[in-house]
Amino acid sequence: MITFLLKRFLTLIITLLGITIISFSIIHLAPGGPLSPLTEFNPKITPEYREKLVKMYGLDKPLYIQYLNWLKGIVKLDFGKSFSLDQRPVWDKIKERLPITIFINALSLILILLFSIPLGVYSAVKAGSTFDRITTIITFIGYAMPSFWLAIILMMIFGVKLQLLPISGLHSTIGYDEMSLLQKVFDWAKHLICPLFVATFGGMAGFLRYVRNSTYEVLKSDFILFARAKGLPEKVIIYKHALRNALLPLITILGLSLPGLIGGSVIFETIFGIPGVGQLMWQAVMARDYPVIMANLFLISFLTLLGNFLADIGYALADPRIRLESK
Amino acid sequence: MKEVFKELIKHKIGFASLIVISILVILALFAPYISPYDPFEINVNKILLPPSFEHPLGTDLLGRDVLSRMIYASRISLEVSLVAVGISIGIGVFLGSLAGYLGGLVDQIISRFIDIMLCFPTIFLILAVIAYLEPSILTIMIVIGATSWMGIARLVRAEIMSLKERDFVLIAKVYGAGTFRIIFKHLLPNALPPIMVSASLGLGQAILIESALSFLGIGVQPPIPSWGNILIEGKEALEVAWWLSIFPGLAILITVLAFTLLGETLQEILNPKRERK
Repeated sequence: MITFLLKRFLTLIITLLGITIISFSIIHLAPGGPLSPLTEFNPKITPEYREKLVKMYGLDKPLYIQYLNWLKGIVKLDFGKSFSLDQRPVWDKIKERLPITIFINALSLILILLFSIPLGVYSAVKAGSTFDRITTIITFIGYAMPSFWLAIILMMIFGVKLQLLPISGLHSTIGYDEMSLLQKVFDWAKHLICPLFVATFGGMAGFLRYVRNSTYEVLKSDFILFARAKGLPEKVIIYKHALRNALLPLITILGLSLPGLIGGSVIFETIFGIPGVGQLMWQAVMARDYPVIMANLFLISFLTLLGNFLADIGYALADPRIRLESK
Repeated sequence: MKEVFKELIKHKIGFASLIVISILVILALFAPYISPYDPFEINVNKILLPPSFEHPLGTDLLGRDVLSRMIYASRISLEVSLVAVGISIGIGVFLGSLAGYLGGLVDQIISRFIDIMLCFPTIFLILAVIAYLEPSILTIMIVIGATSWMGIARLVRAEIMSLKERDFVLIAKVYGAGTFRIIFKHLLPNALPPIMVSASLGLGQAILIESALSFLGIGVQPPIPSWGNILIEGKEALEVAWWLSIFPGLAILITVLAFTLLGETLQEILNPKRERK
């Protein structure tokens, strides 16, 4: 187990370095250098001032020195200052938004598991039935559904036609401070229904399909046949023997699907006006706020990597075959 | 190839998706002859007209015919997704066969690179790259292609690895065939079925990403119509013009669904291990 952990940790470090290198090289893709949005089209910026900026951001040094300096900054969570008017440190901007994005994604992940596991297992047990067909149809629609369109339709139905739910923001702006805790929770919930539905529906397709197919395969395997031959009741076969084998790899799938789930945040946060890192990323791209873009890209992929790492370890803890194989 | 096509036609879902895709291709190819109006023509007297006999899908904020704009948009979507998938297959096949055939250090480096690329949520990576480039159709084609090759690379790598020790490769080597000849003539054709499957699935995904980018305002730029950017107006006119949101979204959904189901059907037909129902 220790060799396995060490091995995985080593790959984690190498991958992390790779992420920083790619993030860093993207900064230098900009045709006029990373400073161009600050200096271009701005008559107030004299060549002297530009020089000063270049010095300040260390752009006159060789690339590898710049990279090392950038790395040093990252370790201290210092991503520089935003190019926007407020010029706040990038980390301060991200810090207040990251919990929101993580909270919504965690919630939708729980919902995804809560729905996809029972639906998938039931479909597999009743393979070929109408129920199974309907879940298959839902799965494919989930794959093909543009999430921003789903968001617009929800807004149209619940926000405009029925006037049931608010269509923007995380909580009410008027009178929010006077609400009691319970009212606040209720207010949040009302605002989160639509975004959560969008996040969950899109993410569920992959899980549902996986659970269904994996359970289906396991139910056909020899050891299940053996259990049946022994005369075990169907319930024991499914819940005790089949599910354990079918659902274990779900831990890995969980890790692998993290980038897709978090990527979805850009879309639903932008549409529903939720102040998370997804919306920040979009705003930064529109304003060409490079320090924010880079920090966001790096942090989100770092979190994804971490999630993957934890999933791998969790899987190894749960399934002895994995840790023995890697020896 | 012919047999695959025959099987595809026999398959109900596969046949249906093939029909949908064919209609789409015809619409895109003959857009100028099929669309009833000029998609760029602004008409202030016809702003936000609901669907009618004259304008089957209504008109938009500038009085342009939505049906015509959507027909032209199918061109953009197909163009972008075809080129993007072409690029991703190119990169994927190149790196995948290199890693699979050479093995060793080259394989280590390429495999690690794939792992690293997979850590970036695609949409974040695309947004970061696009921030530095002018948004244009060419940009999004390249960016989508350059960020979606990892699956194909893994696939090709695995396929080539499993085949390179076989006798027929050995015989080709004995007869003096070069590395590239072995890869392209003898190994890659075996990887073709899975590549076809992921190309079909990839086309659907590329259309989805393109429309999302256009909707976010960093993909296809107006006045060039794209299903995604028609939806921007749809969101703005949410309370008064449902037709601006419903139809383009439906077009995306149906198109992506068709490519996805085609890919699924191909997988079922091409994979001998899978039992058929």
